[in-house]
Amino acid sequence: MRVAVTCLQNRLPHPTRCTAQQADAAPTLSEVFPVRATDGAAPAFVAAHVTRAARGPVLWIQDRQSIRETGRPYLAGFARPPEMLCLVVSRAVDVLWAMEQGLGCAALSAVVGEIWGNPPALDFTASKRLALRAEAHGVPAWLIRRGAEADLSAARERWRLSSLPSLTDPDDPRAPGRPQWRAELFRARWRTPGDWVVRHDAGTGEIVFDHGVARPATIDETGRQAAG
Amino acid sequence: MSREDKLPVLATLPRPARHQTEPDRTAPADLARAIAALREAEAAITAPAPRDGGDLPRPNRTETDDTDFTPVGPPRPRWRAGPDAPSDMGAARPGRAGVAAGAVAPPGDRDPLARRFLSLHMPDFAIERWQRHAARTNAELPQDIPHALAMEGPHGPVIHALNRAARLAGIELGARVVDMRALVPELRLDYADPGGDAAALERLMRWCRRWCPWTVVDGLSMHGAGVVMDTTGSDHLWGGEAAMLRDIEARLSALGISAQLAIAPTRGAAWALARLGGVRECCAADELAARMAPLPVAALRLTGETRLLLQRLGLKTVGDLAAVPRLSLARRFSRAALPENPLLRLDQMMGRLAEPVASPDDPPRFAVQSQLSETVMDPVPLIPGLCAELCEGLAAAGFGARRITLTIYRSDGEVSEAAAATSQPSRDPAHLARLFEGKLDRIDPGFGFDLITLAASQAEKMTTAQARLDGGPEAGPDTGRLIDRLSARFGAQALRRPAMRESHIPERREAWAPAMAGLPRRPEPAPRPRPLRLLEPPEQVTVVHAVPDGPPAQFIWRRQTHRVTRYAGPERIAPEWWADRPGTRLRDYYRIEDHQGARFWIYREGILGDGRGGSPDWFIHGIFG
Repeated sequence: MRVAVTCLQNRLPHPTRCTAQQADAAPTLSEVFPVRATDGAAPAFVAAHVTRAARGPVLWIQDRQSIRETGRPYLAGFARPPEMLCLVVSRAVDVLWAMEQGLGCAALSAVVGEIWGNPPALDFTASKRLALRAEAHGVPAWLIRRGAEADLSAARERWRLSSLPSLTDPDDPRAPGRPQWRAELFRARWRTPGDWVVRHDAGTGEIVFDHGVARPATIDETGRQAAG
Repeated sequence: MSREDKLPVLATLPRPARHQTEPDRTAPADLARAIAALREAEAAITAPAPRDGGDLPRPNRTETDDTDFTPVGPPRPRWRAGPDAPSDMGAARPGRAGVAAGAVAPPGDRDPLARRFLSLHMPDFAIERWQRHAARTNAELPQDIPHALAMEGPHGPVIHALNRAARLAGIELGARVVDMRALVPELRLDYADPGGDAAALERLMRWCRRWCPWTVVDGLSMHGAGVVMDTTGSDHLWGGEAAMLRDIEARLSALGISAQLAIAPTRGAAWALARLGGVRECCAADELAARMAPLPVAALRLTGETRLLLQRLGLKTVGDLAAVPRLSLARRFSRAALPENPLLRLDQMMGRLAEPVASPDDPPRFAVQSQLSETVMDPVPLIPGLCAELCEGLAAAGFGARRITLTIYRSDGEVSEAAAATSQPSRDPAHLARLFEGKLDRIDPGFGFDLITLAASQAEKMTTAQARLDGGPEAGPDTGRLIDRLSARFGAQALRRPAMRESHIPERREAWAPAMAGLPRRPEPAPRPRPLRLLEPPEQVTVVHAVPDGPPAQFIWRRQTHRVTRYAGPERIAPEWWADRPGTRLRDYYRIEDHQGARFWIYREGILGDGRGGSPDWFIHGIFG
């Protein structure tokens, strides 16, 4: 009974405060859909997960369209820069092939792919292959899909990410402070979908899922202050 | 008469002249006179003395008359007998005997001067290599433009190599670039590549084995590069020594390398003649001492300080030095190392101290081939077998392949090949075979091929190591294999690692190096907030701002309007004057947040009225998380 309760807790984390250790207990394939393509929330959310327990290099694969529209990863912006292997390929098929190769290498700590739009190559079968391979070798896989519809996919978790106005900087009320994102888990295999305000503590690497998506009052005030 | 009388040390040389005026010890004329007087006295004393040193280096030489001694003349000069004589002294003082024993010829009855050494001196090796490279890339400079290569020195760059026009303009090797720029403002400057020069010289040395099997690199400095060849017994294959020298010079000049050559019985003599002698000189064994005597002491491969010391002692030529009694030199330079010891260098030049050519072996070659009985269209089934065979050979030699080439010889005479590379040396047949996946489509088999070869064109030493005891996956080899596979499929330039640099310009801080090149430095977290993504290149935006030099109030990027709700900045990043072209404007960076919550890093290039252009433009450079 006790075991069952623990399992249940693991599977269904408490919605108000889900620590990141529980968020990806078993490495698997997750998809992230940014609401706006140029928004930095999705790569930051993935980077926060990936670098939290980076024990080996991270393989980061981008297709041409993604790198042209949203740039390349910049390690100075990572709170804990991992050892990074960056691959730029031209087609979505090549992203999938390289991801599959990377997932077979257990020395990697994560594989991240960025695919623009809904290419025909990324169908249910392809995503299922990635998911099974990630689970078999214990390497987490992340797919960032910009400008894409959330069509049929075997990804175990599917997120929708957007930036929220940041917290107030205690030193400078006019400056952007610590970032906040709105994360909507709209499909999950192991836990209940939900809608959170997510903060990332760069110091400890902890990812804090807070309930509610309304803008905090302090932000509103400062926002009005800045606008006025 | 005791023997000690005829062995004065150098410090006591001026003593005979003391009853006259007090001589200046460093005055060369006095010293030379003293030496001459001493030499005469010595010759008079030792002429009738029996030669007790039985192991003379050249027993087959005809004995010449010892009475008519000249400082340069006889093939077996007087000072040779010096250290052989005081055998009791050598036993009493073993420390000095070490130097004195240098006079003893290599054991055995072989003539030490029977060998023939060819010295090859390429005075302009670095600049000629640069010119060859420039000619290949169509970046050649006209011959009359002064051009030099520079290298970083302790106080800024110094001239490392220069072409003929620069030399005629008065530029000197080793001078500082700023001084030479003041002298010749139109001087063209590039950076030297000493590592590449050394590798090229190594290849040239191996190429020189076409003339004789024993070749070795003999120094690479700003004064040129050298190769030494032991041509004993191989000159007749080229029609004699003179013909061989002409052949070498012609072939090197066809490669665009100017060379000075000489052949002599010893390595030191060949070195000296190549640099300070005539054109393509061949020095016979019996005229060695006579030929060496007029050469300056710079011919002895000594360091600058020792050359200066000899100059102050008035010993300007090899003959002068040879005329000084041997024990004096031995005492004076007993503790000096080889490049500072004129006595040992003289012995090497005259063949009394052996200096063989230790020719390095050729690197091993690994290649396997499969001769097919009939033509085949598809190479894929043959590859695993070839890889296994190649890896057996690699394992037996303790090597791993870094680059493998598969070559197909078609029955109609065409040859096509596919190559793959590995980031770490590997001799895993399955891994090597997988590297050719997707590469064989480009090979056109035509009507079939009948010969296929697989060669490890680049191989490195590889030791087997067990990293873990539990048999789990090892991080290094696993990642290495992944890098190989991805690089083989998409090209080495597609898979990159960030290579950190010391720069405060954001895009220069992280250069991207191919992952095959090896592990770069680990990145450090930046002290200031930096974006998670960097746009390359920065994209221009249209900005509306309240005050001219203030933060933006609104900007249009990709035809979308972003209203700025919060900003932080500016953070001013000045251009790097040592790397940027003049006129580069500074950047004022702002962290801004728009009305939708997206955070960007935008900058204004320049400020109004900085004299480097019109009104400044705005760019978006990064996206924050």
